[in-house]
Amino acid sequence: MNSDIASPHDLTQLEETGTQKRERFLTKFTPYGFLSPYILIYGVFGIFPVFFMIYLSFHLWNPVEGLSSMEYVGFENYVLSLTDPQLWQTMWNTLVMAILSGVPQHLFALPLAYFLVMMGPKVRHWLTTAYFLPYITSTVAVSMIFYVMYSKDSGIINAVLAYLADAGWSSWLFGGLKDVLPLGWVQENSLIRYSVSFVVWWKYVGFNTVIYTAGLATISHDLYEAAKIDGANSWQRFRHVSLPLLKPFIFFGVTLTIIGNMNLFDEPFVLTVGGQFAQTAGKTISNYLYQIAWEWLDMGAAAAVSWILFVVIGIFTAVYFYFFGRQGLGGE
Amino acid sequence: MKTQLKAGVAALSLLAAATFAADIRIDGFPDYDTQINAIKDGLPQHNIEMLKNNHGDHHNKLKTNLATGSGAGDVVLIDVGFIGSFVNAGGFVDLSDFYKGMAGDYASYAVEAGKGNDGKQYAVPVDLGPGVMYFRRDYMEDMGFDLDEVMTDWDTYVAYGAELKKKGILLIGNASAIANAYYRFNVAEGEGLYFDADGKSLVTSERFVRGFELAKAVRDGGMDGNISEWTEDWYAGFREGKFATQMSGAWLLGHLKNWIAPDTSGLWGVSNLPAGTYGTWGGSYLAIPKQAKNPAAAWDLIQYMISEDIQLAGFKNIAAFPAHTGTYSDPSFNESIEFLRGQKARQMFANIANNITPVTPMNGDLIAEDLVNQALDKVLNDGVSIEKALKDAEKQIKRRVR
Repeated sequence: MNSDIASPHDLTQLEETGTQKRERFLTKFTPYGFLSPYILIYGVFGIFPVFFMIYLSFHLWNPVEGLSSMEYVGFENYVLSLTDPQLWQTMWNTLVMAILSGVPQHLFALPLAYFLVMMGPKVRHWLTTAYFLPYITSTVAVSMIFYVMYSKDSGIINAVLAYLADAGWSSWLFGGLKDVLPLGWVQENSLIRYSVSFVVWWKYVGFNTVIYTAGLATISHDLYEAAKIDGANSWQRFRHVSLPLLKPFIFFGVTLTIIGNMNLFDEPFVLTVGGQFAQTAGKTISNYLYQIAWEWLDMGAAAAVSWILFVVIGIFTAVYFYFFGRQGLGGE
Repeated sequence: MKTQLKAGVAALSLLAAATFAADIRIDGFPDYDTQINAIKDGLPQHNIEMLKNNHGDHHNKLKTNLATGSGAGDVVLIDVGFIGSFVNAGGFVDLSDFYKGMAGDYASYAVEAGKGNDGKQYAVPVDLGPGVMYFRRDYMEDMGFDLDEVMTDWDTYVAYGAELKKKGILLIGNASAIANAYYRFNVAEGEGLYFDADGKSLVTSERFVRGFELAKAVRDGGMDGNISEWTEDWYAGFREGKFATQMSGAWLLGHLKNWIAPDTSGLWGVSNLPAGTYGTWGGSYLAIPKQAKNPAAAWDLIQYMISEDIQLAGFKNIAAFPAHTGTYSDPSFNESIEFLRGQKARQMFANIANNITPVTPMNGDLIAEDLVNQALDKVLNDGVSIEKALKDAEKQIKRRVR
């Protein structure tokens, strides 16, 4: 783009004076000068680590021993990781939690967004803000609060359940819980996935709601009116007008959910106290790769695991694109 | 005018301090900040600053510092659990020549553990964790139990738990501590915690099997609360007297007394572990990273911190049990401890510290620790058999420790 500005000069002038040369150089590179802080930061923290990680995944490296201790091992890290039962266990845990938290997110956010839009702008703005709040709150802080609520002996969830199991009016429904209370929400392998998924669901449902409200706002009112005149009821208008036109938004939202949930780290990390408890079912692959890197000091293997995770996410997203991409991206 | 003069003098002395005194930084975790603040005036020739992070973050930061070769303090505090991974990493100054003349003053097992495979001293012990059992006196002698009988061996200890259960009291917060104690405190001379001298894994050995069996017996007998340690529920358990015993390093006393359960003063006692086992649980080291800007001044600080008086001060300030064995004859070791209903416990700690078999820190300790704990979790919570869990752990350890 910038060379366009400079090119008329080149054609008319066969020989350039020093000043002109400098001028030309300046016109050409000044924009990059202004961009350089971003390019530099992105290069150092974005591009470089990616390539360094490729390099790293073929080496054995204990970071504590310094950069010079790196040793080339070929595909050993990949072989070691791919044949590691824990890798597949944590991959499975991640997938289960991704589905447990991801599917309800969208099933809940879509109708919620529809209701919000129906309620008119004033209510919508206030409520969207409220629903969006969890999303902008620090994940670690949120998870710690949930950890306290999930607490076995002093947590509010068990306290409420104990009350419901005891109280006359609700004991017919909750009485059966008496034998199992207090529940170890974050201690038991059988419960941890639900506990983690609920936090994830709670945190991201608002984000998806905002996407869908924005999507619904793009749908022209005329279409609803036309449908109404044709005798479509509220459900039919949602099903046959809103839903098809929301497809690109659903596509966008679900893609983000797939990528985000497969990278799940903070919530399970905090809720299992850094992977100390209920780790058989509660440890995600990101938690595992953190453990390999920073607790076992095996950076090479950790790099290999993250590339494996990258490929898996790539495959999931590709499959999703293959089946829904054409509709989702607005094509025919 | 007067204030101006004062300010001028202050500025001048600051300048002087900056010129003549070395600025050194020590990186560490709590409660050492309390200790440093209390003692740093005793070393006026240096300007000492402390960078405090919590235990986990401190060690993570140190790993990054060592990896990149920059950012570490002049002196770093290292928990014994990390020593095995760190002393052979080549990132620390060899302290052998400085330490040579004084090494004999410190608990020998801890001194040994600070040496690398090349026999050089890379880290020096500053506090120790003699392994003990804290118990509630109101659930012991006040209920008619006899401590010596209960602690005869591990079976009598578990039997005590069964008796307590009848009264609705738990033996321990989490049975995993029993397994941990058993395999930590029965290490044969020359062995590591998880590996023998040749680096071969020991995790399927009798020591681990028996430890796991004991923990499983306690869990299956409903004698523990399956409460996660170092969480609010655990602290509440101490405060409310939910469980009768807890094994740990002697240092737990400081935590109990200062913040976990100060109101339970007088209800506690401390004992040797069942079967009179001596063992170590925790402890800290000091080391100088090669990247330190001022290693000479750093050694001054280390020397000061491990000197007899300061070791005693640390014992009083933060209940860090001294590595300096000369301190054990100090009169304060005969003082009775109110929190433990007047027990003269320090003599016991000292006795343990003098009798511990050295455990050799090994390169794969961190990996093995994680995988063994994972195996224990599977045995206690998922009903996996001990044999299978340990075999799986060993298989993974063999793969992972490269």
